[in-house]
Amino acid sequence: MTLPPDAVSDLSIAADAAHAVNPWVALAYLASGVLFILALRGLSSPSTSRRGNRFGMAGMLIAVVTTLVTHEIAGLVEIVAAIAIGGAIGFVIARRIAMTAMPQLVAAFHSLVGLAAVLVAAAAFLNPGSFDILGLDGSILAVSRVEMALGAAIGAITFSGSVIAFAKLNGNMSGAPILLPARHVINLGTLVAILGMTAAYALAPNAGPGEGWLFWAIVAAAFVIGFLLIIPIGGADMPVVVSMLNSYSGWAAAAMGFTLHNTAMIVTGALVGSSGAILSYIMCRAMNRSFISVIAGGFGADATAASGEPKEQRPYKQGSAADAAFMLEQAEKVIIIPGYGMAVAQAQHALREMADMLKEKGVEVKYAIHPVAGRMPGHMNVLLAEANVPYDEVFELEDINSEFATADVAFVIGANDVVNPAAKTDKSSPIYGMPVFDVDKAKQVFFIKRSMGGVGYAGVDNDVFYMDQTMMLLSDAKKMVEEIVKALD
Amino acid sequence: MDFISILSIFVLACFVGYYVVWSVTPALHTPLMAVTNAISSVIIVGALIAAAAAEVPGAKWLGLAGVVLASVNIFGGFAVTERMLAMYKKKERN
Repeated sequence: MTLPPDAVSDLSIAADAAHAVNPWVALAYLASGVLFILALRGLSSPSTSRRGNRFGMAGMLIAVVTTLVTHEIAGLVEIVAAIAIGGAIGFVIARRIAMTAMPQLVAAFHSLVGLAAVLVAAAAFLNPGSFDILGLDGSILAVSRVEMALGAAIGAITFSGSVIAFAKLNGNMSGAPILLPARHVINLGTLVAILGMTAAYALAPNAGPGEGWLFWAIVAAAFVIGFLLIIPIGGADMPVVVSMLNSYSGWAAAAMGFTLHNTAMIVTGALVGSSGAILSYIMCRAMNRSFISVIAGGFGADATAASGEPKEQRPYKQGSAADAAFMLEQAEKVIIIPGYGMAVAQAQHALREMADMLKEKGVEVKYAIHPVAGRMPGHMNVLLAEANVPYDEVFELEDINSEFATADVAFVIGANDVVNPAAKTDKSSPIYGMPVFDVDKAKQVFFIKRSMGGVGYAGVDNDVFYMDQTMMLLSDAKKMVEEIVKALD
Repeated sequence: MDFISILSIFVLACFVGYYVVWSVTPALHTPLMAVTNAISSVIIVGALIAAAAAEVPGAKWLGLAGVVLASVNIFGGFAVTERMLAMYKKKERN
């Protein structure tokens, strides 16, 4: 359609008027965006974090109320009922969930954000008028089509990817990587197809609900690719995956924010997107893996094969709870290194009891946490906090690693790879280059482990087991710590 | 708002996000994920707009379903964050 120049300028004024928003409404959304920034800012310290969380709630309330009062609502009752149903479900889950299950919960929540983004995009596609995204020729604006398609695609990837991550973390599915032949070709091909279809959809002459099969094809392909991207990634890499899906859920919200011209959604999407990306980066750095190699998947597949080979038997020292208790009492400084095995054995409460008794006897007790301890970033800190361990006794890797030289006992419970010196010395080791705790510098190392047979996630043997100053405490972590507590009494 | 203004907000917000997130203490990374989960459910704004409009029934029901999902996340996300943050205590209080 060609228009005379004056008609074009008329049309652009009309289009601007259609998108003009009440400045107060724009300010309200901006305020909620700023409150979300403050919510994250509060997390810089545990003392300000709860106030930050309240800022976040206030921001959400402002965004929801502003939306409701500025739109003509056909059925308020239905909407309130929807909020009440969802809210009640969410609230009950949040109250009941065990802290060890937090990674699964977060993965499940990510899948909901992803699916919600797909639903919003689909609703915008079916009823573009209500979203103000119609051009003057009555079809959806090209730029809005791109934003909608990308929002729906990222949302769909977040959804199906998170469902797989949830199943792997929750044990509904084996953590072992599932490797399809030619998976890289399939994945890249699907991604290229999604981008190609998005371009074709944007350029299609009249993409309304009738002719918009491309939109649904994009959504379907994105659901498939989300599934394919996560199945080859092994259980050990799930912290990276969960962080990455966190990032995706943010980008999906941002894309829908572009469609709706909504500041709160764009700011939030950018915040969440960068947050997830930074957490993925921190996790990768802590495992000395590149992001690409994590995404490509397959880690842990060869390690399981290697662990089947017979290993040479090396001598090690085994001790009892009474021995450990005796030496812990004599120590001046004890550093505890908890790993996910501690959480699996539910030993954190007994561990805190042991630390309390040692402190009463004048022993200095500190906790050392590796960035990849647990199944998601910061997971171990939450588990210790739940067991009433004060957060100022808990230290990060780089803050405490120099202190092992002055420690009498390094107490390793449920951790393995994060104390393996092979990461520093053995170039052929799969964990080479990963930052690890220098437990070998401590005067003594106590290593709680179920048996000598099992290996860590990376499937490598650990020289710490066989050092002269190491005492292996072979038992269930909780039982062993409880016995030490009894012996300390 | 035109596309460039929106893009400007987005790009600047990415930088704000970058600096704010790096200042989060690693001990609070799990609550960070839980709360980002909750706030990314601001997508409920889109779901509410879809649910409020009655002209196309299909779009309205998709919107209502979106409102339910986003509400699970909002209430669940903020509540679980609050629950976790309440556990972090200092030495003196024990």
